[in-house]
Amino acid sequence: MIESLWEEIPRFFTYYNCVFLLEATARTLTLTGIGCLIGFALGFYLAVARLYPGMMFLPLRAGIIFYVEFFRRVPFLVTLMLIFFFCQGFRLEVSVFTVALITVCLIAGSYTAEIVRAGFESVHHTQWEAGEVMNFSLGQKLRFVVIPQAWKVILPPAFSFFIAFIKDTALASQIGVVELTYVGKVFNNKGFSPVLAFGAILVLYYLISYPLARFGVWMEKRLVLSKH
Amino acid sequence: MSYLNIENLHASYGHNLVLQGIDISVEKGEIVSLIGPSGSGKSTLLRALVGLTKPHLGAVRLEGRRIDYSNKRSLREAREHFAIVFQQYNLFQNMTALKNVTIAPVKVKKRKAEEVEKEALTLLEKVGLRDKIHSYPDELSGGQQQRVAIARALAFRPNILLLDEITSALDPELVKEVLDTIRMLAREGMTMLIVSHEMAFVREVSSKTVFMDEGKVVEIGPPDQVLNHPRTPRAKEFMAKILRH
Repeated sequence: MIESLWEEIPRFFTYYNCVFLLEATARTLTLTGIGCLIGFALGFYLAVARLYPGMMFLPLRAGIIFYVEFFRRVPFLVTLMLIFFFCQGFRLEVSVFTVALITVCLIAGSYTAEIVRAGFESVHHTQWEAGEVMNFSLGQKLRFVVIPQAWKVILPPAFSFFIAFIKDTALASQIGVVELTYVGKVFNNKGFSPVLAFGAILVLYYLISYPLARFGVWMEKRLVLSKH
Repeated sequence: MSYLNIENLHASYGHNLVLQGIDISVEKGEIVSLIGPSGSGKSTLLRALVGLTKPHLGAVRLEGRRIDYSNKRSLREAREHFAIVFQQYNLFQNMTALKNVTIAPVKVKKRKAEEVEKEALTLLEKVGLRDKIHSYPDELSGGQQQRVAIARALAFRPNILLLDEITSALDPELVKEVLDTIRMLAREGMTMLIVSHEMAFVREVSSKTVFMDEGKVVEIGPPDQVLNHPRTPRAKEFMAKILRH
């Protein structure tokens, strides 16, 4: 077993295979990166929009709740298929990669909307009231009082979600996006040992998720402990 | 017409009618204390004045002008005149003492930062916390936090200061430092509405005492009369109870 593996290695790490792997890594990275960035921005905005008071914004709040609950309940793969067939049904000329990108943004948005909302709610209502009686606008209450105190509740679950999310993007291979998991299967089908084929992508997944985890820790230190 | 007129004010939490027609008038420079058993609506009255609990009936007039609590602009305008100090201080936990005092004047009232900071330092000095300006709320004792909260309220330059059981959460030995601060404000002629259980203090500083029970004003008059010679049976019963211990 070890000997055959040893013999396979030079055949595996050819120039074209390496380029293939790197391109796939770039796709996984893009899906995760854009999904997390746009998803977080979207989720953050939705969490804020849910705070708009009054009857006038009731439809907006209801719409947000529907969106958040829908995408959190439907499995990733099903959402992916939904978007995929939706685009096909309306004859939209989009690549499978774009379909995957839209899906990850929608899903990340719905999850982070809840994470951020929980963060806002963790700040005691008396802090909101203190701002309210001093005529702070909603934006000022959030910016100066609530968000700085909410980070410690938002960041840890947000980053564990992002890290789990890297692995979820593997499901994009199901609609034909050539990302890391897809490439692992291709190599395996080509006859390379599964140890080598999936071992290589394992290392690459780790190389993506480790820096993200470190970044999360750094952000927490910066935003949560910065007051002392 | 008095400076502040509260007329037939009603407010409720859900189905619970907490204020059932309150009538109180406050003159400029007057110190009105509100006393009564828990749940009598004293704190709710202060919260209603600043619109944290929305009154649904009755009127509040400030210098003759009625505050419309359902109108955002009218409420904002009214809040310019009031500052409230809470039982639990409610300092912004993510800001130093100094920042707590300066934030509203700078960000809401758009006053010059240097000028506000100078005034904030004077105020913090006045409440005896000049050396704690860079401390965060969780580094301060309850009494110190409450004095920062008072400085914060004063920096807002209110015409009327509302104090909601500001010593109730404090250790007995910290009560004096906070009450001394209020005594000082009383001497300076600040108009105040004080909810308090410190009867001796109420007797000493207030010009008018209001005894409330079940959302209504039961008795109103000079502190000596309401506290020592109450006329209504309910007030008599309450005073007898609190004086016994």
